[in-house]
Amino acid sequence: MTAPFRVAGKGRLTPAKVVRFTFDGEHYSGLEGDTLASALLANGVHLVGRSFKYHRPRGFLSAGAEEPNALVGIHRDAARKTPNVRATVQELHDGLAAVSQNRWPSLKHDVGAVNDLASPFFSAGFYYKTFMWPKAAWKHLYEPRIREAAGLGVAPDQPDPDHYAAHYGHCDVLVLGGGAAGLAAALAAAEAGARVILADEQAEPGGALRFESGAVIDGRNGWDWATATVARLRAMENVRVLTRTTAFGYYAQNFVGLTERVSDHLAAPLPDLPRERLWQVRAKRVVIASGAIERHMVFPDNDRPGVMLASAARTYLNHYGVAVGRQVGVYTANDSAYHAAIDLKKAGVDVVAIVDLRDNPQGPVVDEARALGIEINAGRAVVGVAGKLRVSAMTVQPKNGGASRSIAIDALLTSAGWTPSVHLFSQSRGKVAFDDETRRFLPGAYAQDCVSVGACNGTDDLEAALAEAAGAGHAAAKAAGAKAGRAGAKLKASGEGWSGGMLGAAPGAGADSKAKAFIDFQNDVTAKDIRQAVREGMRSIEHVKRFTTNGMATDQGKTSNMHGLAIAAETLGKPIPEVGLTTFRAPYTPVTFGAIVNHARGSLFDPTRRTPMHGWAERHGAVFEDVGQWKRAWYFPKAGEDMHAAVDRECVTVRQSAGIFDASTLGKIEVVGPDAAAFMELLYTNPWQKLEPGRCRYGIMLREDGFIYDDGVVGRLADDRFHVTTTTGGAARVMNHMEDYLQTEFPHLKVYLTSISEQWAVIAVQGPKSREIIAPLVEGIDLSDAAMPHMSVREGTICGVPTRLFRMSFTGERGFEINVPADYGQAVWEAVWAEGQKHGACAYGTEAMHVLRAEKGYIIVGQETDGTVTTNDAGLDWAVGKKKADFVGIRGMMRPDLVAPGRKQLVGLRTKNPKVVLEEGAQIVADPKQAVPMTMIGHVTSSYWSENCGHSIALALVEGGRDRMGDTLYVPMPDGTIEVEVSGTVFFDEKGERLNG
Amino acid sequence: MARSNEALRRPALEGRAASHAWVSVTPAAPASRLSLRTPADSVGAVSKALGFALPQKPKTSAQKNGRAALWLGPDEWLVIDESGSEISPALGKVKAFHSAVDVSHRNVGIVVSGPGAEATIAAGCPQDILLATFPVGACSRTVLGKIEIVLWRTGDTTFRVECWRSFSDYAFTFLSEAARDAAV
Repeated sequence: MTAPFRVAGKGRLTPAKVVRFTFDGEHYSGLEGDTLASALLANGVHLVGRSFKYHRPRGFLSAGAEEPNALVGIHRDAARKTPNVRATVQELHDGLAAVSQNRWPSLKHDVGAVNDLASPFFSAGFYYKTFMWPKAAWKHLYEPRIREAAGLGVAPDQPDPDHYAAHYGHCDVLVLGGGAAGLAAALAAAEAGARVILADEQAEPGGALRFESGAVIDGRNGWDWATATVARLRAMENVRVLTRTTAFGYYAQNFVGLTERVSDHLAAPLPDLPRERLWQVRAKRVVIASGAIERHMVFPDNDRPGVMLASAARTYLNHYGVAVGRQVGVYTANDSAYHAAIDLKKAGVDVVAIVDLRDNPQGPVVDEARALGIEINAGRAVVGVAGKLRVSAMTVQPKNGGASRSIAIDALLTSAGWTPSVHLFSQSRGKVAFDDETRRFLPGAYAQDCVSVGACNGTDDLEAALAEAAGAGHAAAKAAGAKAGRAGAKLKASGEGWSGGMLGAAPGAGADSKAKAFIDFQNDVTAKDIRQAVREGMRSIEHVKRFTTNGMATDQGKTSNMHGLAIAAETLGKPIPEVGLTTFRAPYTPVTFGAIVNHARGSLFDPTRRTPMHGWAERHGAVFEDVGQWKRAWYFPKAGEDMHAAVDRECVTVRQSAGIFDASTLGKIEVVGPDAAAFMELLYTNPWQKLEPGRCRYGIMLREDGFIYDDGVVGRLADDRFHVTTTTGGAARVMNHMEDYLQTEFPHLKVYLTSISEQWAVIAVQGPKSREIIAPLVEGIDLSDAAMPHMSVREGTICGVPTRLFRMSFTGERGFEINVPADYGQAVWEAVWAEGQKHGACAYGTEAMHVLRAEKGYIIVGQETDGTVTTNDAGLDWAVGKKKADFVGIRGMMRPDLVAPGRKQLVGLRTKNPKVVLEEGAQIVADPKQAVPMTMIGHVTSSYWSENCGHSIALALVEGGRDRMGDTLYVPMPDGTIEVEVSGTVFFDEKGERLNG
Repeated sequence: MARSNEALRRPALEGRAASHAWVSVTPAAPASRLSLRTPADSVGAVSKALGFALPQKPKTSAQKNGRAALWLGPDEWLVIDESGSEISPALGKVKAFHSAVDVSHRNVGIVVSGPGAEATIAAGCPQDILLATFPVGACSRTVLGKIEIVLWRTGDTTFRVECWRSFSDYAFTFLSEAARDAAV
């Protein structure tokens, strides 16, 4: 069955290849190669949507990416529902299901259309004026209502099951647009030997040759030449042709973002095919061949379904073989619409009249139209249309007034002229310049290594455009370093040229008119809205734009910007260039979040780092916490234990027997070179020169401003080799900090830094039984206190693999940290675990580690410190080398504020009620009865229940804290004030005897 | 002498593989690796000890008998030895100032091979890696998606990706995912 508006013998689609689809549940058939738009038009369907603000019925304006009206939802399945798809871009496939939007209960009967009648209340700037009072109503009444009413389509309510890909591309010459000019440029660049990428948004390149029926290039029909040229380009090894690919953003240094629609046009895409592919291309040269976009005429009710651009009607006829109506009217101010009239007439469509605003149109196309018997009404305007859901007649009147007559039509083609597509040029930060003669903005000064060719550059003649493009392609190839050689012969061509036309409102939509003559269809902006904006004081086009929302819809004003600008200029009484053009911004057409995110979703959203022992911890029921990108074992609950019970048990076990802890995430840096100690002296507050090989020291690193930056235990392996550890979170930045100082401040030092964080798995064994647990596994190291005292490091083997064994403690117990090459981490852990089982040891997580160190008053950088804490504040002056002449932060430490009395100092807090555990971050006051806001003298930095102490413990930074020992302070909380007593920071084993216990 | 209770080596990507007709992604065998830092005036002595001249040009590598040195910076190389021999002993005798740090377990190697290898890497690596600009032997410290890698072209259609151990899951998953879209 042939669709009623399909014209036999016209178009390039194969009549036998029938495709079935639905629109709003109705079944239709189209042809392979159709867009949803052409297939609907073939079936006589013009009404496809309701407008955003006034809910006016809308049809197709265009046949391309500029479409502002025909936005539909495409529903592949329950999860794949894409709103706001331009029906003019969506390719048809078997089983495609489309639905209209912004209507209820149906497209034909839409309750929201009441907005159209109430439109006097919805004029420009109405949001700014209407919802001001009362203030409180905004949050509870206006905003929720507006949000409900806003937006066109419905967002999908399930996770997107599709996947999206990405590809970084590089080339000598990137050609944007595959019309006649783009193809000529790509071919010239490719033949010159350059690596070329050609991108075109259509399924098949060809641009305007798709509809320009009379074009002849190199002796062939224009479209045939385009098809042959594409085939030639595809066959060349140095060329990549990307179709269905839109260049949406032009960024710095010729970096261009493009989206390739890979599978939206397929009925059943293979599972490995992404839906879309994001291309990020760095090009040595860019040739912009983005063409031009036709403008509509601005007259009353110019948005009726059936009113469309002349070039669109021509595309539907010449490419898709579809007549947009049976009685077609034409309204124009330039020649290009005549071509549409002629093509339709020749195809057997009744073209009832051409209404031409020009007084005396002349030339071959006018003559041809007349010769075909088409009535030409020169010096006349269309001042109105009849029909609600579809245009049924146009009212024609002499442009300066007079008697009008009505002509019955079922489609009206309009053309006000062509706007060069300078979007990408403008995005490249090039400056557009207004050409007074042709009244259009064209590329002016360039900011990047690119060139515009063809219609987007204002080159209207086909042969001239081809010559310009080929020359630019050749030159770009040469500039990019290709061998080039001589340019190919010039192509002979003949085609149409489409300059001229008009900007702004036509008669009937003039200054005194109350009619709705649309400029921006998608945002429902009319000519009178622009005038009103100017009347209300908007002078800059940027203000006019924001006040009226002209050009701010997803089509970004591709058809509306110049009309809006012209009306604003006319109302202001200024020339157009003085009013200015709004800035073009990426994206050129909407880009899916899927394409932007591409692979970075699910497990690839962010790297998840796991230690070598992660699997063991998982098998032993660990609960993990996120520490940066790391997963760290938080605690190991046994059956029936909650977090508190598990942590209490782990803390007690460590002090009674031993605990095994995965410390692999600690940052580790190997500092190597004859000046290693000298470098360490400069980066840390501590003295290092005299530290003997085989010994360790707790080091503190400051920033230049004198505040604590990081800390960690450092072992000296040899005179010229240190094994530095950092906090887990500080690993990367400490390495950068050290490298920065080495390269910029101390480049004379012979020392190199290497990150070894991931070379070594680290197994901490802490507790009175720790030595007995590891002793059977260690070879070549004397573990006795005499041979290996607290704070020492030895190299030997454990379980037959090399180890750097540290004797150190972050619990206050005798302890070891076993470093083994990472791949051996899990096996050594398992061996230590097996030995530990003989002594009742447990595995413990980061929570118990935190409690155990707090019981000893050991700080955690980033918890007790916040970037404003000095060594003195933290009670760590003992770690500062008193005799040292220099280190990073030494002068910062002496700043008056940093040595002033009354600074916040680290103290312990004991709650008067031992069961109460303070909240970390809680504020501390001296007098709980004072008026709010109270004077806060400090805050809690760490707070835990300590099963080992039998009471809660807390660390806090308190003003003059060390002079307040034994004082009572108060922690006001929402449900009451908590009394605390200031204490020392060590809550357990104050004398430190257990380190050797 | 191997002992019965000697710790078992458990490489990070044990058992992982992704294979398509156009590209395969597989973990590389364990190798000895050194992060080698050497000022210009020590390059000669270090080269001699290694058994071949360290490459001096950006993005180049040199190799001999299963041992390769990848230029990462003006004074930095990544040495990878797949022959099973240790590299450190040879360098231990070099008196000239240098830093050789064992990073055998820090890094994990992933081999991407097949006609789709280039496209697989290009999904996440912004460098120009076409054969003409990134020939066999070329190497570079660069990024893959959200992580740092060292990329080394070992054949017309084969790359080795080196990353840190805890990032290897991300790297492997990324490359496996990208491989789906690399049919060329």
